[in-house]
Amino acid sequence: MIKIDNLHKSFGKLEVLKGISTTIKEGEVVAIIGPSGSGKSTFLRCMNLLEQPTEGKILIKDQDITDKKTNIMKIRQSVGMVFQHFHLFPHKTVLENLTYAPIKVKGLSKAEAEKQAMELLGKVGLTEKANEYPNRLSGGQKQRVAISRALAMNPDIILFDEPTSALDPEMVKEVLDVMKSLAHTGITMAIVTHEMGFAREVADRVMFLDGGILVEDTTPEEFFSAPKSKRAKEFLEKML
Amino acid sequence: MNLEFGRIADSLPYILEGIPITLKIVAAAALLGFSLGIILALFKITRIKLLNWIADVYTSIFRGTPLVLQLMLIYYGSPQIFGIQIEAVTAAFLSFGLNSAAYISEVIRAGILAIDKGQNEAAMALGVPYARSMWDIILPQAMKNILPALVNEFITLTKESAIVTVIGITDIMRRSYIVGGETYKFFEPILFAGLIYYIMVMVLTLLGKAIERRMRRSD
Repeated sequence: MIKIDNLHKSFGKLEVLKGISTTIKEGEVVAIIGPSGSGKSTFLRCMNLLEQPTEGKILIKDQDITDKKTNIMKIRQSVGMVFQHFHLFPHKTVLENLTYAPIKVKGLSKAEAEKQAMELLGKVGLTEKANEYPNRLSGGQKQRVAISRALAMNPDIILFDEPTSALDPEMVKEVLDVMKSLAHTGITMAIVTHEMGFAREVADRVMFLDGGILVEDTTPEEFFSAPKSKRAKEFLEKML
Repeated sequence: MNLEFGRIADSLPYILEGIPITLKIVAAAALLGFSLGIILALFKITRIKLLNWIADVYTSIFRGTPLVLQLMLIYYGSPQIFGIQIEAVTAAFLSFGLNSAAYISEVIRAGILAIDKGQNEAAMALGVPYARSMWDIILPQAMKNILPALVNEFITLTKESAIVTVIGITDIMRRSYIVGGETYKFFEPILFAGLIYYIMVMVLTLLGKAIERRMRRSD
């Protein structure tokens, strides 16, 4: 589903990603973890080209997205993203947030888009908030709407960039529960997270980044019980 | 202070007839200024250096010289610029519109830059093309934030329109002056003109507040 080959990314002189190669299979749930500044968010943001890689290739469904000839807008329609700070459109209602891209980008009719949006809102328990503006929602509700907005495009892949880091502690669970319900339904998920419990329980694979290098790429069992690298051991000691 | 409105009472309707003339110039200029202002603002934030440069030079020229001078240049220069003598009202609307665009473009540019870049990223991540995202997501939010500054600009435009008097347009200002000349009473007609301008500005202010309330629904 996603094939990453020798990915480098520099911001000016600062090299954030120093050659990452890996493959994410269809339907897989991958937790990307690591200390802050390790490059994990940048790594994720390269996967839908919100960051332009300096070097290397990223293939999504066999299409090289770093190739200038690839229509990235088309690819992005099938790669959803959920942000740490939600980035809901504040001037649109919850329902409009969910229907905007399906109508404007995919060409769905308003009725179709709304029907689908209401179903999605039903799944995250926010049907009654459909006509509210985002500013009236709690953080947890906003993030559930943001996940629904990504799902409304019917993506094959969803990228989660620290989806619970901006939430009050009591709201983390409701968002993780929604993500849990998505996992292993066929959708491919790449999740940058600090929620070790969630990574351990839900992920099929853990990628541990440190200093722009993919230090470990293994199963959660192995990573959490017997990390191979010294850096991963130190990280886990601090986290757990 | 003794005011004698009685002596100019017959001339008041004549002054009032200047209102549509002033309003026409202001409305047309506001429309031109706003449309061109958006285009210039987009020129200023694009990565294309040539467009940045064009917009910056434009702004610096129109902000760097007096409005009355621009008005006279366009009116008296029109035979040399356009090959024909344009009407005074056209010259007024052009110079006010072009001048206003320079100021409005700065306001809009600041408004766009103030929007969290996450908004554009969220749109991009959904596969929304840049132009669409600018039009549907960024500009509506920017407009909401800059509305007070825009209303301010339109108020300035309304008041400054009084200088069209120098190229002979019989707007509110000139009419009150003419009445003064005919009756040898300047204070009253000009005071009356002041009242008209003040009322127009108040109407604009209230209109702005009403639009703002409407736009703040999402807060």
